[in-house]
Amino acid sequence: MNLDFSTLAGAQDFLWQGFKYSLTLTVSSMVFGIFFGTLLAMARMSSIKPLSLAAAGYVNLFRSVPLVLVIFWFYILVPLLTGVDVGAERSAFLTFAIFEAAYYCEIIRAGIQSIPRGQIAAGQAMGFSYGQNMRYVILPQAFRNVVPLLLTQTIVLFQDTSLVYVVGATDLLGAADKVAHRDNTLVEMYMLVALIYFSISFALSQAVKRLHARIAIVR
Amino acid sequence: MIQINNVSKWYGEFQVLTDCTTEVKKGEVVVVCGPSGSGKSTLIKTVNALEPFQKGEILVEGVSVGDPKTNLPKLRSRVGMVFQHFELFPHLSITDNLIIAQMKVLGRGRDEAMDKGLKLLDRVGLKAHAHKFPGQLSGGQQQRVAIARALAMDPIVMLFDEPTSALDPEMVNEVLDVMVELAQEGMTMMCVTHEMGFARKVASRVIFMDRGQIVEDCSKDDFFGHLDARSERARQFLSKILQH
Ligand SMILES: Nc1ncnc2c1ncn2[C@@H]1O[C@H](COP(=O)(O)OP(=O)(O)O)[C@@H](O)[C@H]1O
Ligand SMILES: [Mg+2]
Repeated sequence: MNLDFSTLAGAQDFLWQGFKYSLTLTVSSMVFGIFFGTLLAMARMSSIKPLSLAAAGYVNLFRSVPLVLVIFWFYILVPLLTGVDVGAERSAFLTFAIFEAAYYCEIIRAGIQSIPRGQIAAGQAMGFSYGQNMRYVILPQAFRNVVPLLLTQTIVLFQDTSLVYVVGATDLLGAADKVAHRDNTLVEMYMLVALIYFSISFALSQAVKRLHARIAIVR
Repeated sequence: MIQINNVSKWYGEFQVLTDCTTEVKKGEVVVVCGPSGSGKSTLIKTVNALEPFQKGEILVEGVSVGDPKTNLPKLRSRVGMVFQHFELFPHLSITDNLIIAQMKVLGRGRDEAMDKGLKLLDRVGLKAHAHKFPGQLSGGQQQRVAIARALAMDPIVMLFDEPTSALDPEMVNEVLDVMVELAQEGMTMMCVTHEMGFARKVASRVIFMDRGQIVEDCSKDDFFGHLDARSERARQFLSKILQH
């Protein structure tokens, strides 16, 4: 088999744009996903039944349907509902944020549930309101306990962002795919992309492992 | 200061508290003792509404704890509580443990809160540890910080739930010393403890609980001085814990 990477130089900028989009999508979905996931987790554990049921329904729905399907739905639904054609790239931001929140929610919920009851009581006894107790006592400890899990989920998320190519968005894979078809370098491009995803994901997961070990010592 | 009137509480079918009535007057030190599982923790936690109750009434300086309209965070901020397992916030330094509620609940400025916190830390003999984290301190030290943290809120009453029972024996006294000092300064206290030496020294009254009921509620002198007048259950309990 002859591999031809000579077209790579010309495609560099285009691939770089795609890569930047993949990263932006990952980071924004992580930030929003953790924020909304935290609210969802609090709602799920609320003693207000309708609230906890609604949150549980949301989480179970998104954890039970394939991501690709949700990407399609949002791609079709968002323009239909809003009347604005936001385009594949921007619709993906919404899709991932909403989808990932369901996964982050469960991680954060586990984190909150790992906090001993005595800590919650101590916060209450100091006179903290529910919100203050969450903010100053429970969530900081809960997050600390699940940082490795949150990061691992983010690595999965980074890989999953490649699915947006199905609606024609130009992420790293999408960009590579377009270059590959233009230059007829399918094997080369897919190898390159695989290498990039692997290097980043593997390096991050090693870092998470080391972090995990360090947290374990501190505790 | 605290009035507990005919309080009953159930966990499902199981009745934890049965018709408990007592009071803690200003400046009094009331010691609560009784066998494990008799409801001591539950009773003391109803006072600052950490445990809800189904029947009866509790008043803290005239404010009804069970009333749904009562501002519980505000009430709790005036009632200091010390737990069996210290419950310092492990992610915060000792200093932050001492000032966070002062700032966020009482609205004090950082300087004022710090000033107060460090003074109290000094008072419990731990000023040198201000920058450390709870995990770096011994159990006895953590418990003393926990007492300082509660005192920083200028509580009108202090509740203690077996503050020394999770400690290694050699650390019990450093915590009891702080408590004795507090009592002698006139702090109103309700203490669940089996430290009868402490009770002898500073208690105004002793309450003995068994199976969710207040079986004895009398002055310290009556409790220790006229054992023959005490109930069978109280005598048995006392003879058990006074042996060692
Ligand atoms: N959340 C709970 N659910 C059911 N039973 C409980 C709960 N908490 C405490 N109990 C029971 O209530 C009784 C009194 O407990 P507690 O107040 O902790 O006793 P003490 O402090 O005197 O040892 C015990 O029999 C205990 O098993
Ligand atoms: Mg107890």
